[in-house]
Amino acid sequence: MNIKQYFLLALKSIRTSKLRSFLTMLGIIIGVASVIVLVSIMNSFSGEMSSTFESFGAHLITVNIFGRSSNRTVSAEDLYEWVDAYPDQLRFVSPFIASPVTVKNGTKSLTTTLNGTGEDYDKIRNKEVENGRFLGYIDMERRQKVCVIGSYVATELFGADDPVGRQVRLGGDIFNVVGVLKETGGGLQGGDDDCVFIPYTLALRMFRQMSGVYYLSASDGNQVDSAAALLRSKLYQVYQSDDAYRVASMNEMLTQVNELLGMMSSILVGIAAISLLVGGIGIMNIMLVSVTERTREIGIRKSLGAKRRDIRGQFIIEAAVTSALGGTLGILLGITGAYLVGRLLGFTVVPTPTAILMAFSVSAGIGILFGYFPASKASKLNPIDALRYE
Amino acid sequence: MIRLEDIYKIYNTGENEVRAVDGISLTIQKGEYVAIVGQSGSGKSTLMNIIGCLDVPTAGRYLLDGDDVGALSDNKLADIRNRRLGFVFQQYNLIAKLNVLENVELPLQYGGYSARQRREKAEGALARVGLLDRLHHLPSQLSGGQQQRVSIARALVSDPSVILADEPTGALDSRTGLDVLQFLTQLNEQGNTIVLITHDSKIASMARRVVNISDGKIISDEPSAAPA
Repeated sequence: MNIKQYFLLALKSIRTSKLRSFLTMLGIIIGVASVIVLVSIMNSFSGEMSSTFESFGAHLITVNIFGRSSNRTVSAEDLYEWVDAYPDQLRFVSPFIASPVTVKNGTKSLTTTLNGTGEDYDKIRNKEVENGRFLGYIDMERRQKVCVIGSYVATELFGADDPVGRQVRLGGDIFNVVGVLKETGGGLQGGDDDCVFIPYTLALRMFRQMSGVYYLSASDGNQVDSAAALLRSKLYQVYQSDDAYRVASMNEMLTQVNELLGMMSSILVGIAAISLLVGGIGIMNIMLVSVTERTREIGIRKSLGAKRRDIRGQFIIEAAVTSALGGTLGILLGITGAYLVGRLLGFTVVPTPTAILMAFSVSAGIGILFGYFPASKASKLNPIDALRYE
Repeated sequence: MIRLEDIYKIYNTGENEVRAVDGISLTIQKGEYVAIVGQSGSGKSTLMNIIGCLDVPTAGRYLLDGDDVGALSDNKLADIRNRRLGFVFQQYNLIAKLNVLENVELPLQYGGYSARQRREKAEGALARVGLLDRLHHLPSQLSGGQQQRVSIARALVSDPSVILADEPTGALDSRTGLDVLQFLTQLNEQGNTIVLITHDSKIASMARRVVNISDGKIISDEPSAAPA
């Protein structure tokens, strides 16, 4: 007999006992569907993470300086000099000082975060100005009392009015609002939109402290690692110690997050794989029952000239077809499930072709693997005993 | 063409040994119509299983068309059952979920014939038993006599050297049973070698040669008293 005939036979046998075949497939269906849903969710989630990180600024490098000593120090001016000296690696730098502050417009007031930054901060962190302008070089030079406010602060203090050109009170001083940032963090309290930016030169004087945090951007996405290395060597020259500073690039953080996500997804897939295994055992179980039930049929077939491999082939292919059919239904269920879960979680979950292909071949493989034992048992039946079986 | 030399089939070797076939030698020529008769437990079914290559003897030599069957592998035995032997069983032994045509095609499938050849040969065999109008019926939709004719068609389809009929009328009423027997006689007249196993000496008398078996031994072997 050839493969095609085995397939027809298998389909016939599945058709004649639909309910049983469906129940047999159920384990595989659930296993395959859960593999697809979980892998798709993890993939989309890590995609989502990457794009979130990118919105922070893909070329971003963060420098933290903890080391303070009288004779060795790195100032904002030093960093600006380095950026000018190494245009191949570095493009922008901005010092960063943050402090809580109360901001008032007349009687309305709220507590928010005051950020003292350089004029390039908006480019480094991908901030866009909705209205007006961002802080400028001249503001730094002259320590002008100007500020740019986040969208949350703007709506809280000015409602629907345009804040540009108006004045707010920060601490004890009056500041001119020169710009409003575009909403990026969902316009929520405590989020990215709940902050006020002022020139860092002014912030240094107001808080009487040094800046310890600098944001830099690499000249190019491929230069992030070499730029980070450059900064590390420069800082080492000054401090002669690794403990005085920390340089972190978004790239490195992204790699770490991806590693973590990868680990999580392999754990989840592992759990789903266990349900596939259980499904496979279900198939083996039902095939064993089926072999016992069809002992007489096997005897008849053998008396008519079926060889061992014919009987084995018949049962293995039946198991594989059952399993692969279950796999196909599982894929359909998995794709539907992935879209539904995606809508529920609020991001697009796209099932990957690799996940689908893997799920299908694993399920067919499970059928062959777990069908082999019952099939081989069937093929070894003695024709007379099988014929006499009632 | 069938040559049994001192065949033994012994179960439970040791204390309670049962000698189902106890030293039988028998030769059947091409074109013969032989009935093997015996009470139940006489060993006739075991003998037929050995002739049918469904069972192997404990001792002795079995030559089929000159080939020593005892020396053959499982696969070769399957080939012999497929090409050289045709079985007609008491319980018909049709596969319930296959229709008449598919049941008759079954030996040809294992013999590796193409779909067209299978169809042609199966229809030819069904024409000989007069069931061409029932090709797509399931066995359960046929009468006992019709089912037995399907199983005869299945036995004939691969042009076997020998047709082995094990109590072919056992499950039929006497009239349809007679039809089946007459059909076997007809097949023999067309040149087929037939071995009929039965407990009923009246049925055995339809054959040309009657071999009586008791306790695993041949007690008589003579031409039929009243050949049909």
